Amino acid sequence: MATAARKAPAKSKSDGKSGLSAPKPAEFTKDEELAAYRHMLLIRRFEEKAGQLYGMGFIGGFCHLYIGQEAVVTGMKMALIDGDQMITAYRDHGHMLAMELSPRGVMAELTGRRGGLSRGKGGSMHMFSKEKHFYGGHGIVGAQVSLGTGLAFANRYRDNNNVSLTYFGDGAANQGQVYESFNMASLWKLPVIYIIENNRYAMGTSVSRSSAETDFSHRGASFKIPGIQVDGMDVRAVKAAGDLATEWCRAGNGPLILEMQTYRYRGHSMSDPAKYRSKEEVQKMRSEHDPIEQVKARLIEKKWATEDELKTIDKEVRDIVADAAEFAQNDAEPDPSELWTDIVL
Amino acid sequence: MPIEILMPALSPTMEEGNLSKWLKNEGDKVVAGDVIAEIETDKATMEVEAVDEGTLGKILIAAGTEGVKVNTPIAVLLQDGESAGDIGKAAAPAKVEAPAKAEAPAAAEDKAEATKPAAAPVAAAPKTEIAADPDIPAGTEMVSTTVREALRDAMAEEMRRDGDVFVMGEEVAEYQGAYKITQGLLQEFGPRRVVDTPITEHGFAGVGVGAAMAGLKPIVEFMTFNFAMQAIDQIINSAAKTLYMSGGQMGAPIVFRGPNGAAARVAAQHSQCYAAWYSHIPGLKVVMPYTAADAKGLLKAAIRDPNPVIFLENEILYGQSFDVPKLDDFVLPIGKARIHKTGKDVTIVSFGIGMTYAVKAEAELRGMGIDVEIIDLRTIRPLDLDTIVASVKKTNRLIVVEEGYPQSSVGDHIANQVSQRAFDFLDAPVITIAGKDVPMPYAANLEKLALPNVGEVIEAVKAVTYR
Repeated sequence: MATAARKAPAKSKSDGKSGLSAPKPAEFTKDEELAAYRHMLLIRRFEEKAGQLYGMGFIGGFCHLYIGQEAVVTGMKMALIDGDQMITAYRDHGHMLAMELSPRGVMAELTGRRGGLSRGKGGSMHMFSKEKHFYGGHGIVGAQVSLGTGLAFANRYRDNNNVSLTYFGDGAANQGQVYESFNMASLWKLPVIYIIENNRYAMGTSVSRSSAETDFSHRGASFKIPGIQVDGMDVRAVKAAGDLATEWCRAGNGPLILEMQTYRYRGHSMSDPAKYRSKEEVQKMRSEHDPIEQVKARLIEKKWATEDELKTIDKEVRDIVADAAEFAQNDAEPDPSELWTDIVL
Repeated sequence: MPIEILMPALSPTMEEGNLSKWLKNEGDKVVAGDVIAEIETDKATMEVEAVDEGTLGKILIAAGTEGVKVNTPIAVLLQDGESAGDIGKAAAPAKVEAPAKAEAPAAAEDKAEATKPAAAPVAAAPKTEIAADPDIPAGTEMVSTTVREALRDAMAEEMRRDGDVFVMGEEVAEYQGAYKITQGLLQEFGPRRVVDTPITEHGFAGVGVGAAMAGLKPIVEFMTFNFAMQAIDQIINSAAKTLYMSGGQMGAPIVFRGPNGAAARVAAQHSQCYAAWYSHIPGLKVVMPYTAADAKGLLKAAIRDPNPVIFLENEILYGQSFDVPKLDDFVLPIGKARIHKTGKDVTIVSFGIGMTYAVKAEAELRGMGIDVEIIDLRTIRPLDLDTIVASVKKTNRLIVVEEGYPQSSVGDHIANQVSQRAFDFLDAPVITIAGKDVPMPYAANLEKLALPNVGEVIEAVKAVTYR
């Protein structure tokens, strides 16, 4: 076999046809920076608490934490209008908090209590809110991609100007139905943004060990779907990409792929010791690219907030999380009669 | 010697068709490959090409003739030097002309051959009178309708009634349906509501479920349910379970429909009954009609149902006609069996195509003085056990007939439930008749052996009635 230098593909930021390229990070106002800080911090603290409760045995089963990836959902949420939908896989707590589902409801679902968003019957991976346009929470890798495409189909059918934000990971990007969905979405010009959260590991398998094409923004090429690589650790870059993508979809151009280059600090799930990567790799990402620290540094630098003011926000966020945890530990389990409800209408 | 041109078959089991048009006139020269006529069945039209060279001597079947039997001579081709006077000499080896450019897949129309009983012929037996359905008001005018038309009418009526109802699937729009079930829908409702999909069952099943979660009411047609195995994760994990997992907040009002089970001579990968598979799943409803009236009333109900409904049709039944009530809005309840014929000696429970065996056996058994009660389940989930148990308490004997595989069959479940709920009423073991425990073979004789047959039903009835 010829091992002749196969040139690594140039890190193209555009598909070359659509003329799209990664936009500059958004210029945030003080209020936007503060809001992004607060929202990301809520997800971070919430997930830390969930990890704690898991260790204490309050949360069972699978529990996948979003720590490290907070900027992705936070920046995208800032680009949405009312009625835009969101759907994702099982690493979903951050998405739900970003879509303003109640922290109490999410945490109580994690502990399997009656006050949980699914009344204790869904668990960590299966939560929904019609009111907030959050469509789950899906446990089967890749299934949400077809479903999210269906949400976009409904938008198109109703001609309502809404966009479906369909999230999946670098692992799901290798599932067959993803490409079946790409084909239909492009064919029918459906308003769907495929957000590939590339956190570099599909469970324990690194992208380079699982994917022939590691530039996920190119994964739509066969379907004429343009893609952009985005610094998913910078909430301003995510927001700018979100603005561009939602505008693209609302203008009737069909789907778009955003590859969010991000990183999860914790293991795949609570039971994953993450021995497939070095501590140094994780530490480097935390110290140099942490999405929350980036915002904090800018707030201090621009003198938009003092350390004390940020501590106050931190305290408020901790209180929300503590209240949610308190509720989730003390709420009653579902009534046994719940076993037989909600099977068919 | 003049060559007889015979009426060709569109499919291995087509028995007759209409000769819609002649494209050549008497006296025209014909070369092999020329299109000489058009024929049609209720679901497709097809051009007939000449196989031989010659002059079209005489047209024997006029354009517009309906119900021309396969292999009937339709014209005579004269060869060089022959004239009309030679026509009387036309003889076999007549050639069936090559069907060309079929506009629908050459799919089975009627499996009469395959379903004929191995036992005595039933032709002489009197026809089973279908018992009146209590859900149809007495005195309602009835119209003879094929199952195919009934299904189409049900979809069209529901699409007129509710703008959120749409149909998607392979070949449902421009092709008018692979089995012509969606015929005319594109013309009436347009491409927004009648959506041709690529060949991607897993993907479009998921798109349908997503649209349903967003509040639309999709009808997803699978060209056959064999292909739905590609999509079964979306059907079970997404459609059936979301209502429960969301604590009742969000469900999937969707219908998955299409032909199910064995057709004719399409072998192992295309001949499988999924009734038992889907009936296993909480969160699904599973409907499998036999008559056209049930097909219509239950499909309308399925489209209105807020739950995911698996609607199992059968290709062989598509062309069969039944009386359908002429009502503006005929909707039947899902989950209710129908007593097809009342009787007192033995109960036969069946559903879908399985009913054809039950009905034929009943006619023959009547001649032997055995009074059979036939229950058509119509819905497999939720299962109407009350109707079955009530019948067993009357007849004390139960036979279940289905085409699916025997292990963990619908019949197994019924036998188990009846033994728990009516054990003391049984005068004989419950006998379950199913397809044989083998993949469907291709050879005609083996296929016949793999399916249930009327003889088996008769033998089972004799066994439980100790005759």
